[in-house]
Amino acid sequence: MNRLAILLALIAAAPALADSALPPAYWANRQLPDARKEAQAKTLMEEIRCLVCQGESIADSDADLAGDMRDMVRRRIDAGEKPAAIRSWLIQRYGAWITFRPPAEPLTWPLWLAPIVMLAGGAWLARSRLKSRRDA
Amino acid sequence: MSRKWLRTLPVALVVLVVAALVWRLANPPDTTVESEMIGKPVPAFALPAAVSGSPSLSSKDLADGTPKIVNFFASWCVPCIGEAPVLTELRQQGVHIVGIAVRDRPQDLAQFFAQNGNPFERIGFDRQSGVQLAFGSSGVPETFVVDGHGVIRMQHIGPIEPDDVPGLIEAVSQAR
Repeated sequence: MNRLAILLALIAAAPALADSALPPAYWANRQLPDARKEAQAKTLMEEIRCLVCQGESIADSDADLAGDMRDMVRRRIDAGEKPAAIRSWLIQRYGAWITFRPPAEPLTWPLWLAPIVMLAGGAWLARSRLKSRRDA
Repeated sequence: MSRKWLRTLPVALVVLVVAALVWRLANPPDTTVESEMIGKPVPAFALPAAVSGSPSLSSKDLADGTPKIVNFFASWCVPCIGEAPVLTELRQQGVHIVGIAVRDRPQDLAQFFAQNGNPFERIGFDRQSGVQLAFGSSGVPETFVVDGHGVIRMQHIGPIEPDDVPGLIEAVSQAR
């Protein structure tokens, strides 16, 4: 009985107001009618970081702001703007952080070199192990 | 000798990784996103008025010779309620404040001002966060200091606390 009361109370509980009361923007969850443009928009949205849920792309995030960003991306691509131009518009405002594709600059060199270094290390380790086994 | 050293290497690596994880848990990363627009002119925009009786806001209004504080806020944003009395205090000290209401509704805004006061000279209605994105802002509340020529001078992320008032007044007086 008590449990039922708690359950009912939980169902009736008002959600915390952390998002706006407005519905999502028109193009937030709607595909562009032109399949080629929609594909361009989707590729770009998947590499733009959501400002609210920072581990997610705006394509995956449910945040209001991510919806507004998807709407902006689709509108601009529909108007004929190049994805690269929209991307650099965002980088101008938020820095390279906003994209999941980090630019090759001195700060990110270790990131790009790490796989090569690890592969080389692995090869060296494997070689020395194989060699010692043959020796034994 | 070198064999022994090699054998302890994996253990050392694990200890290092665990230490790094523990350090990250104890020092969570800073998730605030700073705008890259500081030092650049305000992007061109023209927003309709958010509530009747209060003028609309465009980028031209921000380049009229007087430095201003631009406050991104919303009636649905709880920290904005806490910030409201501090904004009123700033206005009483002679600072010009304009507001940009993000994803809001006129009736909600009217209620918000009835409860918390309205410190804004002008309020723009940013229905789909477009101007917020153009400023390089990532949430509400956020505050920018714009000088008399319409150049963004400073960004304050999160609610303005009473302790921030002297710094903001200083930034506004330097932004002439």
